[in-house]
Amino acid sequence: MTVQRRIWRVGDNIDTDALAPGHAMKGGIDGIKPFCLEGVRPDFASGVQPGDVLVAGANFGIGSSREQAAAVLVAMGLYAVIAPSYNGLYFRNAFNVGLLLLTCTQVHGLQDGQTLCINEDATPWTLQSQGQTPVTCEAVPDFLLRRVRMGGLLNELKHRMAGETTDER
Amino acid sequence: MTAQTLAQKLVARAVGREHVAVGELVTCAVDLAMFHDSSGPRRLKPMLETLGASVWDRQRVVLVMDHYVPAQDDDSRRIVQLARDWARDQRLPHVYDSQGICHVVVPQHGHIRPGMFAVGGDSHSCTGGAFGAYMFGIGATEMLGVVVTGEIWLRVPRTIRMNWRGRLAAGVSAKDMMLRMVTDWGMNGGDYQAVEYAGEAVRALGMAERMTLSNMTAELGAQVGLVAPDETTAEWLKQTGVTQGLEPAALAHWQTDDQAACDDHAYDASALPPMVAAPHSPANGDVVTAFDSEPIQVAYIGACTGAKLEDLRAAAQVLRGQRVARGVQLMVAPASVRDMALAREEGVAQVLDEAGAQWLPSACGACAGYGHTIAGDARVISTTARNFKGRMGSAQAQVFLGSPYTVAASAVRGQISDPRQWLS
Repeated sequence: MTVQRRIWRVGDNIDTDALAPGHAMKGGIDGIKPFCLEGVRPDFASGVQPGDVLVAGANFGIGSSREQAAAVLVAMGLYAVIAPSYNGLYFRNAFNVGLLLLTCTQVHGLQDGQTLCINEDATPWTLQSQGQTPVTCEAVPDFLLRRVRMGGLLNELKHRMAGETTDER
Repeated sequence: MTAQTLAQKLVARAVGREHVAVGELVTCAVDLAMFHDSSGPRRLKPMLETLGASVWDRQRVVLVMDHYVPAQDDDSRRIVQLARDWARDQRLPHVYDSQGICHVVVPQHGHIRPGMFAVGGDSHSCTGGAFGAYMFGIGATEMLGVVVTGEIWLRVPRTIRMNWRGRLAAGVSAKDMMLRMVTDWGMNGGDYQAVEYAGEAVRALGMAERMTLSNMTAELGAQVGLVAPDETTAEWLKQTGVTQGLEPAALAHWQTDDQAACDDHAYDASALPPMVAAPHSPANGDVVTAFDSEPIQVAYIGACTGAKLEDLRAAAQVLRGQRVARGVQLMVAPASVRDMALAREEGVAQVLDEAGAQWLPSACGACAGYGHTIAGDARVISTTARNFKGRMGSAQAQVFLGSPYTVAASAVRGQISDPRQWLS
């Protein structure tokens, strides 16, 4: 399947405290949404539409273990984050809460506001924005793709405890 | 026998094997799961109820209330009360309420030993690596998986070994070593692998300083930051009541084998000057003299990174007989109640009092932007680990990071200052 997504572009080193600011952490995800990326892209929280993608620079998700920094993007309906590299703790959290992270080293051609075609049938997946040649993503391990498709680890555990078998990895 | 790194040996033990290979995906049995009031009960309780599941082993769980204490508003009170109620309902045997910051309180109560495999619901959980334990931070949903199954998956990491030869000069500390390394390698330089701190300079450090190295491994983006255990580790842990696993043979096992493959990097401790990181990244560092005469209005000594007893002693060395500059606020939030009591007992707290320090509760406080926060466009120098924009409260605040020596010296002058001139 090839899906079309609107790109939101941000830079390198986007940290968890920018995604889920400390002052908003007392409430639930709905209380964090209006402040997501307030210091980096003040137009993001009000403008993002379900199905959009966030294309970032290197080291996305550095900082805290707070998984709300990933869950808030799921709650906003984001389809995926695309970046050349992620903080390892953020990477684990994202898949656990059902956020797809695509690793792609050639994000420089992906520009804000453009439409991005994501070819999920290709191996590995490819990304193509207007007027550009397609670029490839690193393959997502099967067990993580399955986890994100199920909506995260909580749902996976629900199924497992109900007796359905899923491979831990 | 194939040579292995300390990280491999620790993972292999948790997997129940003699050997694991770098890059392998494995499932590990967890010896200890630590979480706090923000990442713990308020997130775990509803998920456990959804699953109809219970905690796999209460003896292996430690809960610390440190983020929202003392509660400043109704939301905080609700979060802390939920944690207290849940701890009681679950009959958790290990709960530390308002005793200080988890990464310091948990080892101070003897919960971490060499050879253990542990997780924590906080990114600075890698602090446990200072004791030769494989300990790392995870999010709340991942913690749910641990609490239900007692297991967690990981990819066996490579080891990046930071070899520090020589000895640190007076007024230079583990914090300076970390700001140097984070600046050199960047906040993802650790590539979610294992970092091991080694060499003569690391061996010479006390446990509190080793904890600072392991703690700021989070800022290097590694999964764990290990220091191989030795006599210093054993002596410190004996004081906390640990009796097992400290025999010479055990300590000798938890070392990287001579022939094990590591990415080695060399540093000279004796040539290291005090370091400062400029806003808004811990990787934005330079030698302290590059920031000389930058004005500051707030000097903050706090957090798991920079307010242990040894950090307070370092500040006191600089502040003895001094007063903070006019217009400068020196705020001190000791890392634990025990550290505060000991600082009082040995006169360190009195030195800070006389210098004009204001005491804050032993909790995460302004470091995480949760409790007392930094307001407006204040220029701050802080012993904490992170100076992301807005982290400590105001997005207009300009936060510099430095060691307790540097923060104390800067408080006296009202400008960022090299502490070595105060320590002759």
